[in-house]
Amino acid sequence: MTTLDIIQVLLFIALLIGLTPVLGKYMYKVFTGEKQFMHPVFGWLEKLIYKFIKVNPDEESNWKSYTFGLLLFNLVGFIFVFLIQLFQAQLPLNPANLPNVSWHSAFNTAVSFMTNTNWQGYAGETTLSYFVQMIGLAVQNFVSAATGIAVIIAVLRGVSRKNTDKLGNFWSDLTRSTLYILLPLSILFAVVLVGQGVVQNFNANETVQTLQGAEQVLPMGPAASQIAIKQLGTNGGGFFNTNSSHPFENPTPFSNFWEMFAILLISAALTYTYGKMVGSTRQGWTIFSVMMLLFVTGLAISLYGEYSTNPVFGHISSMEGKETRFGITNSVMWSTSTTAASNGSVNSMHDSLSPLAGMVAIVNMMLGEIIFGGVGAGLYGMFVFVILTVFIAGLMVGRTPEYMGKKVGAFEVQMAIIANLSTSFVILIFTAWAAVSSYGLSSLNNAGPHGFSEILYAFTSAAGNNGSAFAGLNANTLFYNLTLGIGMLIGRFGVIIPVLAIAGSLAGKNITPNSAGTFRTDTWLFAGLLIAVILIVGGLTYFPALSLGPIIEHLLMNSGITF
Amino acid sequence: MKTQIIIAIKIFVLFTILLGVAYPLLVTGIAQLAFPEKANGSLIVRGHKVIGSELIGQKFDSIIYFSSRPSATDYGAMPSGGSNLGPTSSKLKQLVAERAAQFTGFNQLPPSETIPSEMLLASASGLDPHISPKAALLQVERIVKARNFDDSKKQQLLKSILELSEVPQFSFLGEDRINVLVLNLELDKLDNN
Repeated sequence: MTTLDIIQVLLFIALLIGLTPVLGKYMYKVFTGEKQFMHPVFGWLEKLIYKFIKVNPDEESNWKSYTFGLLLFNLVGFIFVFLIQLFQAQLPLNPANLPNVSWHSAFNTAVSFMTNTNWQGYAGETTLSYFVQMIGLAVQNFVSAATGIAVIIAVLRGVSRKNTDKLGNFWSDLTRSTLYILLPLSILFAVVLVGQGVVQNFNANETVQTLQGAEQVLPMGPAASQIAIKQLGTNGGGFFNTNSSHPFENPTPFSNFWEMFAILLISAALTYTYGKMVGSTRQGWTIFSVMMLLFVTGLAISLYGEYSTNPVFGHISSMEGKETRFGITNSVMWSTSTTAASNGSVNSMHDSLSPLAGMVAIVNMMLGEIIFGGVGAGLYGMFVFVILTVFIAGLMVGRTPEYMGKKVGAFEVQMAIIANLSTSFVILIFTAWAAVSSYGLSSLNNAGPHGFSEILYAFTSAAGNNGSAFAGLNANTLFYNLTLGIGMLIGRFGVIIPVLAIAGSLAGKNITPNSAGTFRTDTWLFAGLLIAVILIVGGLTYFPALSLGPIIEHLLMNSGITF
Repeated sequence: MKTQIIIAIKIFVLFTILLGVAYPLLVTGIAQLAFPEKANGSLIVRGHKVIGSELIGQKFDSIIYFSSRPSATDYGAMPSGGSNLGPTSSKLKQLVAERAAQFTGFNQLPPSETIPSEMLLASASGLDPHISPKAALLQVERIVKARNFDDSKKQQLLKSILELSEVPQFSFLGEDRINVLVLNLELDKLDNN
C-alpha cells in the first residue's frame, strides 16, 4: 500500500463521519414533520399523493396494521415486476427485441428487487428491456429502500413513545422517505455520474467496428438514473452484468469514490437520526462506533489478504477480476463496503478475491448486514442485537433488562431470536442442500473449497438481502432461482415482522426513569458487549461453514495447492 | 382490508409514474443538455464512422498495436463478464503461465523482466480500457520494429505515452493508467504523419 491508498481510505471514513450528523438531522426533521429545505420543492407533491390515495398522514396505526400495509405494498410491487418480465417482448422500450423471461428467473428477480436484495441471476444488457429496468426495477430500487427506512422509523417511535399502540402511518413514512430523501439525493448523484461518463439515454445499442476491425456491440440505456438509486438505496442491482466494474457504469476513480460513498451514506446517517429520535445523540454515536469498528476491522483484514502475494501465481499482485483504474485498494474498499451494507453492487469480481478478503465479505453478510447495513435494514438488524445484548447483560447482573427505560420481556427476546434465526436457517440449510445435490453442484465455476464458498456466498447474500455474488456460480437455474428467492423472502420479512412486533410491544410500555442501577446503553462498555454479542451470536454460528470454505482455502493457497 | 389494498395499488401506480418515468426522464434531460457526449457513451468517431467508446476497452493482439489486458469475454460487451476464477484455480494458474510466456515472447523481452500483473490477469468487466504505463512501455520496442519507426518517431511515441498517461484523479484517487484505444489511435496518427 502507498500513502495515496491510505489517504483514500482515511478520506472516505472522515467524510462518512462528517456527513452523518448533517444528513441524520435532516432525516429526523423529515420524519417528525418539521420544516426542512426540500419542503418547498416536494411538499405539494406529498400533499397531492395523500389526496389521491385518500390517506390522512396524521392518522397512525398499530404495529399489525402498519405491517399489513407494508406487506400489501410489497406484494403489489412483486406481482407487477413479475408480470412485466413475463411479457416484456410485447411491451414497449425494447429496442434489442429481448424475449420474455422464464418464470423462475422472473420470480427470482421480482423477489430480489422487492426485498432490496438485487441479486441478479441474469445479465442486464442481454436479458431485460429498458421498460423492465426503468418501470419495474428502478421503482423497486426506491420503494424497497423506502420500506426499510419506514421500518426503522416505526421502530424508533416504538422505543421513544410510551403507553400507546401507534407506530405511525406507513403510507406517509413511505412517501416522505421517497420524496425528501431518496429522490433528491438520486438526482444529484445521477447527474454527477453522467458528468463522469455514465451513460443516460434511450438509444439502441451501438454496433461499432473496432480499430482492429472486429465488431463490438456497445450497450446503451438510462443507466445513471438507476445506478444512483441502486447505490444510495443499498440495492446494488447493476444496469449491466458486471455492475459497477463496467466502464459505462463506473468510468473513473471519482465516480467510483462517489458510488462507494453512496453505499454507506444513508445507513450511517440513520444512526444519528436514531439518536435524535430516542432523545440522545450519544446513543446513536455508540451504535455508529460499533459499526465503524467492525467495518475498519474487516477492511484491514481484506487489505492484508489482497496485498499478500498468492504463492500459486508467483509474485504478481491480485489484479484478477479487478479494473486497472481502481486498482487493489479501491476494489477492496468497495468489496468491504458493499457487503457491510447490504448493497451488493461490485466493482471487482468477488469470486477472484483472495480467501481472506472473500471471507470478510461473507462474514460481513453473515453478521446480519448490520455494519451500517441496508438503509433502515442495517439499523433495525442492529436493534435486534441491541435487544439481545441488553437481555444478556440483564441476565449477567440479575436485573430485569431495560432499554431506554422500557422493560425488555420474554416477547421481545423471542422475537429477536426469531429475527436472528431466520437468516441462519436460510444460510445453513440451503447451503447444505445445495452442497449435497447434483443440481446444486452442477452450477459451480470453481473446484475445491472455493466451489463450496461459491454456494455459501450465494445463500448468505440472499439471506442478508445483499445481492452480491461469487458470480462464477451459475444461479440462473430452476433450483437456485427458487431457493435463493425463498431465502431472500425469509431474510427480509423474517426480520421485518418480528422487529415491528418488538416495536409495537415496546410502544405500549411505560418508561421508567433512569436510576443508579440502570445499565447504560451509551457507553464503551455497552459497545464492547454489543460487539461481543454480534460476533458470538451472529458469527460463531457459521464458523464450521467458514472453515470448510475460505479458511481452508487460505491454508491450501499458502501451500501452493490448486484445484 | 379492501381500502388498504386500494391504497397500496394507487400509491404504487403513482410511484411508478414518478420514479419509473418522470425521474429517469428528468435525469436524461439534464444529462443530454449538460453532458451530451458522455451521456451517449463517449463515442470516438474517426472519419464518419464510430469506432468505439473511449471508456470501453477493445481487443488488441496485432503486432502493430499496444496489447490490451486479457479479457474473459474477449472484449465482447454483450454481456460483459469476468473470469470469476478463484485464488486456488489451476486453470487460472495455467493461464497466467501461458500469458506470461506469450507477452515475453511477443515483445521479445528478457525472461527476467517483471510483467505488470494486469497483463497476466483478466479484468472484472472484460472491458477494461486501461493498462499501466509500464505495460505500455514494455511494448514500445516491438511496435517500433513492426512499424519501421525511426528514432525520432520512437521518441515521439515515448512522449505520447507520457502525455496520455493518466495520473490519479485530483492527484489522489485511483491508479496510474493509460487508455489503450486512445494510445493506439495516437499511434496510427503518428504513423500517417
